[in-house]
Formats: sequence, C-alpha cells, structure tokens
Amino acid sequence: MSVLSYLIPISLLLGGLGLAGFLYTVRSNQYDDPQGDARRILSDEWDERPKP
Amino acid sequence: MTTVARPQMAVCPGCIAAPDGQNVEAPANARLALSLPTIHCQACISTIERALNDHPEVETARVNLTLKRALIEAGPDLKAADLIPLLEDLGFEAHELDLSALTATDQDKAGRDLLMRLAVAGFASMNVMLLSVSVWSGASDATRDLFHWISAAITFPAILFSGQPFFRNAWQALRVKRLNMDVPIVLALVLALVTSLWETSLSGEHAYFDAALTLTFFLLAGRYLDHRTRAVARSAAEELAALEVPRALRLDDTGATAEVALGDLVVGDHLLVRPGGRMPVDGQVISGQSELDRSLLTGETLPVFVETGSSVSAGEVNLTGPLTVRVTAVGADSSLHQLTELVAIAESGRSRYTSLADQAAKLYAPGVHILSALAFLGWYLFTFDMRVALNIAAAVLIITCPCALGLAVPAVTTAASGRLFKKGMLIKHATALERLAEIDTVVFDKTGTLTNGTPQVDDFAALSAQGQQVAYALARGSDHPLSAAICKAAEAIGVVPAPVDDLREVPGFGTEAHLEGRQVRLGRAAWVGAEPAAQTAAYLDLGLGDVQAITFSDSLRPGAEAVVQDLIRSGKEIWLISGDAENVVRDMAARLGITKWVANALPQEKSERINTLVEQGHKVLMVGDGLNDTAALTAAHVAISPASALDAARVASDIVLLGRDLRPIAEACALSQQARRRIQENFRIATLYNIVAVPLAIAGLATPLVAALAMSTSSITVSLNALRLR
Repeated sequence: MSVLSYLIPISLLLGGLGLAGFLYTVRSNQYDDPQGDARRILSDEWDERPKP
Repeated sequence: MTTVARPQMAVCPGCIAAPDGQNVEAPANARLALSLPTIHCQACISTIERALNDHPEVETARVNLTLKRALIEAGPDLKAADLIPLLEDLGFEAHELDLSALTATDQDKAGRDLLMRLAVAGFASMNVMLLSVSVWSGASDATRDLFHWISAAITFPAILFSGQPFFRNAWQALRVKRLNMDVPIVLALVLALVTSLWETSLSGEHAYFDAALTLTFFLLAGRYLDHRTRAVARSAAEELAALEVPRALRLDDTGATAEVALGDLVVGDHLLVRPGGRMPVDGQVISGQSELDRSLLTGETLPVFVETGSSVSAGEVNLTGPLTVRVTAVGADSSLHQLTELVAIAESGRSRYTSLADQAAKLYAPGVHILSALAFLGWYLFTFDMRVALNIAAAVLIITCPCALGLAVPAVTTAASGRLFKKGMLIKHATALERLAEIDTVVFDKTGTLTNGTPQVDDFAALSAQGQQVAYALARGSDHPLSAAICKAAEAIGVVPAPVDDLREVPGFGTEAHLEGRQVRLGRAAWVGAEPAAQTAAYLDLGLGDVQAITFSDSLRPGAEAVVQDLIRSGKEIWLISGDAENVVRDMAARLGITKWVANALPQEKSERINTLVEQGHKVLMVGDGLNDTAALTAAHVAISPASALDAARVASDIVLLGRDLRPIAEACALSQQARRRIQENFRIATLYNIVAVPLAIAGLATPLVAALAMSTSSITVSLNALRLR
C-alpha cells in the first residue's frame, strides 16, 4: 500500500493544477465573451504575422 | 489598461501563428460604448475593430460578440456620434450606450465569486468522493483512517471557503430570529463536519465528509444558475435603459446650442427641442409652435397643439416645429418624478408574494430540525451513547438536506427563462414566472401596447382622385406622424403627387401650398376652418369651399388579436383600460372582442381599478407601456411592458417584451404554468426521496454511501425533470 503515499499527493496535485487553471481563466476575464472568442479564432487576419 | 502576461498556448502547429493579441483585455476604463445589434461573425468583429482602431482619436476598441457591444477608449473630444456614421457606412447598425447605466461589472463580480466557490467545492468533492469510494469498497483500519484524515484536511478549508454564502445568509436570518433554507443547510454542514471529525479521531467507520462537500457543490450550482439567469436578464434590461442617452440641447445667450447632460440643467435654462425629440424636462414654451404627442403620459392619441406660453412636461414628444422651452422644473420637482412617487405608494402587489421556495422552506426548515432533534433524543435515551445519537442526528440532517429543494426552483426557472428569452421575453424578476402562473385577469393598456402608437389612414380611397394626389403632395412636406401615414397610404395604392408650388409647413398647424392658383391646405381643423371630429383626423382643404376629413386609427401591434384570443381561450378575464377617448377605446375593444373596457382613465384611476380587482381576489397581469401605466404596473401581481416603453414603465415591470409581436405573452402564460407544475413536481420528488431515506436514517441504517446515493440521485432527477420543460 506504500504506493498510496505517491499516488494520493500526485492526484491531489493534478486536481489542484486543474483548479488553479480554472481560477486563472475566471480571474483574467476569459469568460466575458465566449461567443466572440469562439469566432475570433476563425479570423485569418493575423495568420501571417502577429498583431502589432 | 491592464495587460496580463499570457502563456503562449502552442498545442497544435496551426495555432502557433495564432495571434496572441486576440486576447487583449477589454479596455478597462472605456469611455464610449456602442450597441451593435446586427453583428454576428468574425468578419464583423474584425471589420469593426479595424475601422474603429483606424480612427485617429481612438486608442483601443474591442468588440464583445456575446453582448453585441463595442467598448472604446478614446481621446476626450471624441463623441459616439462621430463613430456611428463610420460604422453605418460599413453597413452596421450602431447605437450609443450610456455607460453610467451599465453596471454589469459589479454583478459580474458576484457571479465570478460564486463560480470560484463552485469550482473549489467541485474540486474538493471529487477528490474526497474518490477517497470515500475506496472506503466504501473495503478499505479498513489504518488505510481507512488515513483516507478519513486526508478527506478532513481537504473538506474543512474547502467548506470554509465555499460555504460562505450559506453561512452569511443563515446568520442574517437567525439575527432577525427567522428561519430560511440556509439555516438547516448550515446546521447540517456543521454537524456533519463535527461528528465526522469526532468519528475519525476515534477511528470510526462512518464519516460524512463527501456528503458535506457534494451538498455544498449541488447547492452552489443551484445558486449559480439562479444568479446567471438574473444577471443575463438584468444586463439586457440595463442595455435597454442605456440606449436612451439623456441629453438636451441648451441655448446660450448668443443663441448657439450645446449638448449637455440632463443632470447639468437648472431651472431657467433655455432648451431647443427639435421635431421628433422628447421633452427632457418640464417647462414652458417661449417661442415656436408645434404639436405634442402625449400618448406615453396620458394614453391620448390626439396630438395637442402648443404655442408660446403653453406648458410642457417631460416625456412628451415634439411633432412638427422646433420649440424653445424655458425649464421650470428639474429632477425631483418634475412631473416625471411625481409619477414615480405614485408608484412608490402603489408598491405592495409584489411584496405580498412569498415564492414557492420560501413556502417550502417555511414548512421544511422547522420539520427537519424537529425530526433530527427527536432522533437524537430518542437514540440518546435508548442507548445513553452520545456518539451514536449524534451520528444519527447528523445522518438525518444530511439525508433530509434540501439539496434537491435548492435545485428544484433555479433549475426550472433557468430552463424556462432561457426558452422565453429566445421568444423575445426578458424575465427581470426572480419570482415573475411563478406569479405569472397564478394570474386569472389580464389588463391591457391601449396606446403603444395593443397598438403600435403609429396612426394609419382609415379610408384613403374615400377621397377623390384629386384629393388623394393633393393630400399626398402636402403630406410629403412634413414629418408629422399623420403626414407619414398619409404618404404610406398613398404610396401603397400608387398615387402620383399633385404638382403643387410653394409647399411649406406651418409648425403646429399643417402644410399649405398652391395648386393651379388656389391655396390648398392639410392640417388641424381650426386652421383649415372645419368642425373638429372626435376621432384623430387631418383636414384637407382643396380651396373649393368644402373641407374633407381624413380620419386615422391606430394600427394594431402584430399578434394583438391572437394574444387576446389565446388568453380568452385559456379562461382569463381581459380588461382594456386606456387614457384615450371613449369612442376610440370602444372601437378597439369591439375589434378585439374585449367586453370590459374603461376609457379616459387617469393614472390614479388605472391603479385603483387594479387594486379593486385585487381586492376581489383576482391575480392581475398588467401589460402597459406609458408613464400613466407605471403605477398600475406596480400595483399588479405581474407586469409586462414592451421594449418601446418608457424607462420608468420598464423598471416597474417584471417582464420586458423585446420584439414587436405580442403573441409571446400568451405563450409565456402557458409556459409559466408548466414551469410551476415542474417546480411542484420537483418538490414532490425531493420529498419522496426523503420519505424513503429518512426512516433509514432514523433507524440508524443510513451509511455515508446511502446518503451520497440519495443526494446525488435526487439532485439529478430534479435537474432532468426541469429540462423536460418545453
């Protein structure tokens, strides 16, 4: 059962990583315009060079 | 503007070139906001952003497709009016939004806060559930204790953080010595945590950490749904208000005009009100002649003639000539504000209503507490073992916990308001749907609600051919609504305008011209020398001695007949209460098949009439749009106003009708009854689960596994039942 001493911390860490990622997206306003963001990815305006 | 460094997400090779700049944050201190109702794709977004950013004064502009809005940060001199033509040239409809009326960011903060707590509770409950599954499937001794301790270490901080909304609400209720839904929730959480910790420290078998967390998670999910529905409705309602930017044209001593905000006006200022403009304040006309449309204030469709010395009040629409107005009252003294006070007196219709959730809580909260206390007492007297008794009391509380009850209402209202929003109805108030399900009487206002508020010529063909041609020619010289109606009627049958000379508009009276040496006139009765009729009419003088009257009636809104028929068919009593003249109201009632009507109603009479209906035990739905309806809207059980209504009327109503069509009202009534049925079903389902599980808990047979199963299945059935709504 000693494998538990690795697995439990690892699973908690991975889960925590997901939680931290989600909180980051919430804090940085990434859900303000879900429809717009879904559409913007289709625009080829800046495909050749990055937006200045 | 704040810019947060973002990691470059290079997951697929095609995305490496994806511009990082796409995620530039919305300008934090935007100065201008434009509503763009017609945008729908990425091409629109980039065209508009490019056009706006190319403007030399604009610093940054960002389009939000979800809200159909552009936020622009720009130099201090730039006005929205400079940008609107720019976008209109590109083929996009654009309207200025009043930024001070948009406070969505504050609500957003509350929503984000709830979402954060929901995420933490979700994360913690998943982890603890995994540990619990291994305990249920046979982990024992030291392993079980280890798992319980780890669960405790996750659960305590998670609940302390996520459960704060419940703790706060429960404390607020307890402080005024009342019980709400949150009190049993908090008690269950606290008791579950304390007994589980105690059990764990004694190497006990049963711990309810997972139950406490899933409970928090499900309840937060319910709260979040509830919040979202309301936030969406509120932001849409705010947008309607923000579209009316309150401005006035002030004249200075030299006669030059300057655009100023309403708040800057003082008594004695001189204002210019152009034809088509709405009176911003109360005042007195000091020069100019015109006609005023008072229908939003009084429901009267006949335009009123004004000249130097006449007094005007805020909300009236200037129809023909420019008017110079001296301000006599601003802010609290204006007639608009006095109507608001009338509304404050009428306030009571809604406050008497207890929501279904509160009704359930009133029955439920004391019941649970008594049950759990009895279980504790019984087991303590039976075994004299504090630990067993406490364990069983905790199990009873957790199993009866209102998880499904907490989801029962928000799941249904979210589904229903989503459906109604698609049909063009905006549910502003949380309990509006429940109340709408109860109504048995519908009161309609006439002008602007059942009708478009735009006149139509009754019988244009009754005029002679020459009459038609002259009327069309004269009507083309004016922007007056009656002239516009004549033009429309003439164009519809392909009339050629008569060749008239010297066409000119006499503001407040009509238009005149010369035809073959005779003077021809179209205008008010007194001006052309005719007897005024009771109906809305314009008078045509062909210069041949006799004067012909062209009568008008208001055109019905699309769906008006259908909605009245539908409501009558579903057994509701229909009233038509209007401030307009008797014969007009009678005709309208007859046309729609409404048997009960009241004409010439003053604002007070409207709300009194509704109060009388309420006293007779009716639940009244009021549909109205004008200022004169505001008090009545407030007094009614439920109030609906069209989007074209004045801001004050929209604020007083629970539901706003976004489109022109009235038919959604009948559909909403049917849907609300269905929603109410679903909510009651949900309560029954939740109760059924309790009836099965509570005896087990009291008998001491409930394990954490049973608690988890009962809770999850009841929550899921309740949510699925809500989704059956069509």
